[in-house]
Amino acid sequence: MKEFIEYMLPPAKSPTAEITDALFYFINFTSLIFLVSITAAIIYFAWKYRRKSDDEITPVISHNSKLEITWSVIPLILVMIVFAWGFKGYVNLRTAPSDAYEVRVVGKSWLWEFHYDNGNVSINELHVPVNRPVKLIMSSDDVIHSFYVPDYRVKRDVLPNRYSSLWFEATETGESVVFCTEYCGRAHSNMLASVIVHEQEDFETWLASSNAANSDMDPVELGEQLTNQYACVTCHSVDGSEILGPSFQGLFGSERPLASGETVTADENYIRESILEPNAKVVEGYDPVMPAFAGSLNDRQIDAIIEYIKTIE
Amino acid sequence: MSDHSAAADPKTAHIQHHFVDSDQQFDSAKLGMWIFLVTEILFFGGLFAAYIVYRAWYPDLYLQASTELNTFWGAVNTAVLIGSSLTVAMAIRSAQLNQIKGLIYNLYITIGLAFVFMVIKFFEYTHKFEKGIFPGEYYTYEGIAHEKANIFFSIYYMMTGVHGLHVTIGIGLMIWLVVKAKKGVFHSGYYTPVEITGLYWHLVDIIWIFLFPLLYLID
Amino acid sequence: MATTEAPAYKKLQVKRFKPEENPEKHYLNEETGLWAWLTTVDHKKIGLMYLASVAVFFFVGGVLALLLRTELLTPAQNFMDADVYNQVFTLHGAIMIFFFLIPSVPAALGNFILPIQLGCKDVAFPRLNLASFYIYVIGALFTLFAIFTGGVDTGWTFYTPYSASTGGNVMAMTFGVFILGFSSILTGVNFMTTIHKLRAPGMTWNKLSLNMWALYATSIIQILATPVLAITLLLLTMERALGIGIFDPSLGGDPVLYQHFFWFYSHPAVYIMIVPGFGVISEVISTFSKKIIFGYWAIALSSLAIAFIGFLVWGHHMFTAGQSSLAAMVFSFLTFLVGIPTGIKIFNWVATMYRGSIDLKTPMVYAIIFLFLFMIGGFTGIMLGSLSVDIHLHDTYYVVAHFHYVMMGGMVMAFLAGLHYWWPKMFGKMYNETIAKITAGIIFIGFNMTFLPQFVMGSQGMPRRYFNYIDQFQGFHVTSTIGSYIIGLGFLIMFFYLLHSLLKGQRASANPWGSRAMEWQVSSPPPLHNFEYTPVVINGPYDYHKPMSEFQLGIAGSHNGHHAHHETADVHEEAGATEKA
Repeated sequence: MKEFIEYMLPPAKSPTAEITDALFYFINFTSLIFLVSITAAIIYFAWKYRRKSDDEITPVISHNSKLEITWSVIPLILVMIVFAWGFKGYVNLRTAPSDAYEVRVVGKSWLWEFHYDNGNVSINELHVPVNRPVKLIMSSDDVIHSFYVPDYRVKRDVLPNRYSSLWFEATETGESVVFCTEYCGRAHSNMLASVIVHEQEDFETWLASSNAANSDMDPVELGEQLTNQYACVTCHSVDGSEILGPSFQGLFGSERPLASGETVTADENYIRESILEPNAKVVEGYDPVMPAFAGSLNDRQIDAIIEYIKTIE
Repeated sequence: MSDHSAAADPKTAHIQHHFVDSDQQFDSAKLGMWIFLVTEILFFGGLFAAYIVYRAWYPDLYLQASTELNTFWGAVNTAVLIGSSLTVAMAIRSAQLNQIKGLIYNLYITIGLAFVFMVIKFFEYTHKFEKGIFPGEYYTYEGIAHEKANIFFSIYYMMTGVHGLHVTIGIGLMIWLVVKAKKGVFHSGYYTPVEITGLYWHLVDIIWIFLFPLLYLID
Repeated sequence: MATTEAPAYKKLQVKRFKPEENPEKHYLNEETGLWAWLTTVDHKKIGLMYLASVAVFFFVGGVLALLLRTELLTPAQNFMDADVYNQVFTLHGAIMIFFFLIPSVPAALGNFILPIQLGCKDVAFPRLNLASFYIYVIGALFTLFAIFTGGVDTGWTFYTPYSASTGGNVMAMTFGVFILGFSSILTGVNFMTTIHKLRAPGMTWNKLSLNMWALYATSIIQILATPVLAITLLLLTMERALGIGIFDPSLGGDPVLYQHFFWFYSHPAVYIMIVPGFGVISEVISTFSKKIIFGYWAIALSSLAIAFIGFLVWGHHMFTAGQSSLAAMVFSFLTFLVGIPTGIKIFNWVATMYRGSIDLKTPMVYAIIFLFLFMIGGFTGIMLGSLSVDIHLHDTYYVVAHFHYVMMGGMVMAFLAGLHYWWPKMFGKMYNETIAKITAGIIFIGFNMTFLPQFVMGSQGMPRRYFNYIDQFQGFHVTSTIGSYIIGLGFLIMFFYLLHSLLKGQRASANPWGSRAMEWQVSSPPPLHNFEYTPVVINGPYDYHKPMSEFQLGIAGSHNGHHAHHETADVHEEAGATEKA
């Protein structure tokens, strides 16, 4: 049984997860006892009292108060235990320690943006220090999303008109997957991210260097890295295949027919505008669904992406 | 009971095959209508819930926005509807007393009052449209210094609009009753449609009695 | 006529009416022709028209489900793209819930059986009943229109702001469901009035069959909850048409308010779907155990308790959506309370089997399958009701598996039990018992194969409504898909043996199961107006210890004179029973 439960759940990587898992185990265990015994009773009755002749007379057993009270009260007690247990865990999940490290999270269709206290921004990768409570303050730019890390047993809807928050404490370094669990449209199932847990020193190094690290990189190489890091390639292919947006292949310099009926040339200004304000000029045949990257990318990064797009022919 | 049971009697022509007698048919129709009215209350209840939630969130919005509504014409409409409730009750009374003329006249007055209500509502709406007070995203009026003013008017239009739809349906039902009454369908032994339409009309009236203070008389 | 009319509190002269075994005239061969069917006000024919419609929708929804499962065989795209996938799962959900589950037992089986079980000739408002059917059809046409003019990809929950901003024809769809709501409301009004006012002489509240109690509880929910859905969807339709902004944050509205509105209906709607199933199961288990139902009042009142408490638990769909901890606590607490009456029912059914005379005919097999699957659905519901665990499991495949165990393992199995139980009554034909049982086994295996793996992958974190998924879940998805094909096979076989039964089936006797319930005391198929006499009830529908003759009583010539010319040709046995009218 214990092995089975462990198989059913992903590894617990936050202290709050253990409380949830214990309750999960308890409910499964008691349910299984009930399920097996009731099913056994049904099968036994169906066999033992099978009809032997068509004119059998059955006894009149219309009720039995003691029995009925028993089978009402025992489940009631059990569910009240489950209720109190679940509520206790829930309160724990809702109350972040006051010394938690705060990260701002923005959900956009269809990527996650993480803003750190020093102004750093990362896309689809949440970097956190190990053994320190982390509190996420989340909001959405468009529709409702939901931030879910199975390893930490935490989930919270991310809403467009208010902040919501959740917290966890990673107990080991490594990576955990993040899912969006509120249906948000076409690429809902591609709205994944990962939590990357560092040792405290490594985390600080990452925080200080992540933006500077690529300063000496070749712009094209940097652009390629950014299109992956910022999840551009979720929607824009580099091999001409159609995903959700126009492919990058052969994009630069081409004539773009717009939904408004006009035509523009895909030059530097056009691409820059399309990154910062994607809905200003939407190419014919595509929906205006790309999130804006104003504030997430600096000029140098935008230049690098443009340089990279130029190379894809 | 037994006086209704002979099939040949014209007094019992209205009894449908699956009812035992006229009383059972009447009671069923009345109960059915009451249950339907419960569903109507819940239907409006959704709108009232939206009203209450937004009022709790933005009390000052309601104070400001309700000044745009014309209390005088709202009050006139309230009087009109209460009057029509009276006439519909008189129509039922006439039917019970077998006074078919009285029934028809009272129905005419009720229909007339319902039209008056709708005409006043029409002018109220037109006046607002002229100012640019449209529901939701088409809202262009700038006289109210509150960013959620459009929501108040969305709720206003939904509530009064759905209510107006009910008034219109009521007018239709009563025209149908007049036609039936002229054919001599109703008599003191059978006036079920009049009775249940009357119930419906009272509900329409009562809902307006709630809408009027909630929308017009805030302050 | 007046002579048969008995004043209250006087001895009634009742006769025994043995049902005709081979009725020459019945509702199926009187008033035939397409036009007569389309304009019929007969509750039995309307019930069959609903049955045909829900069968069509079940087929469509089922094919969509198989398409979804096929797409999910591989982690990446396999034959449909994300947009199509999203539309397909939306339609699968919307069709199955609004067009199959909600009308399946109440409107299809309920319409057929309710007046007969009450001992009356029709529902209180037969024309309204027909109107309900056409309203359902119009709602369905709007939905079809929506599908062919852009489709809908919002999920059956139509959450704002996504539903306010996405492409496609959401408006036609929500308006279609809005219309459909009125069909459900009017059926509820009709049933409730009928149960109150049209019961046969002697049919007191404590002699009502549990199926009637279940339909009564269902009607309460339909009456109290559906109008709220109607107004919610009307507001959503207006959101699309006029941008009224009440639910759309970009115009100043609040999307969580929409969720409250939506679930205030849609959680009780879950009980609209399952409570009628409880009624069917009570009938079937008692009949095939040939034994008085255990805890009649406990089962009857627990249906009402579920109906009422069911209104107070909607917030448990929103534990992760950002309601206050206090609200979450209250909703979680009430959710557990609603589990208790459901548990009581299960124990009562099992206790009914104790020392019974159990005949494992197909309906009983489905009832036992129901008990097993519904228990799993219930226990996993306890899991989802507990706050901290729900945070982990919310919107994962665990939830998908849970509600399929409740809706399909519960309601669909109850529907199949009811369909097989009343099939001989509806058509006067038997189906092949052996093939039917084998089919039940195939569906049972396929069902568990489809949905058990979903519990595991849900616990491991696989979110629902995912077009792509990470590789680690592929094994579960493949098993699940194969399982779904097995279910499909099962229903295919069922279609053929039921068709065969209609065309070449053996004649069914009036009471093939030896039931004491009222509908089995008339011929199969029943006469056009159900009874050729006014039935008189002196025993409860589960009094299996009393002889059949006591259940076949009535007053010759119904006292509204409608059937005066039908003087029965049966052998009458004078029954010395007396009853207060």
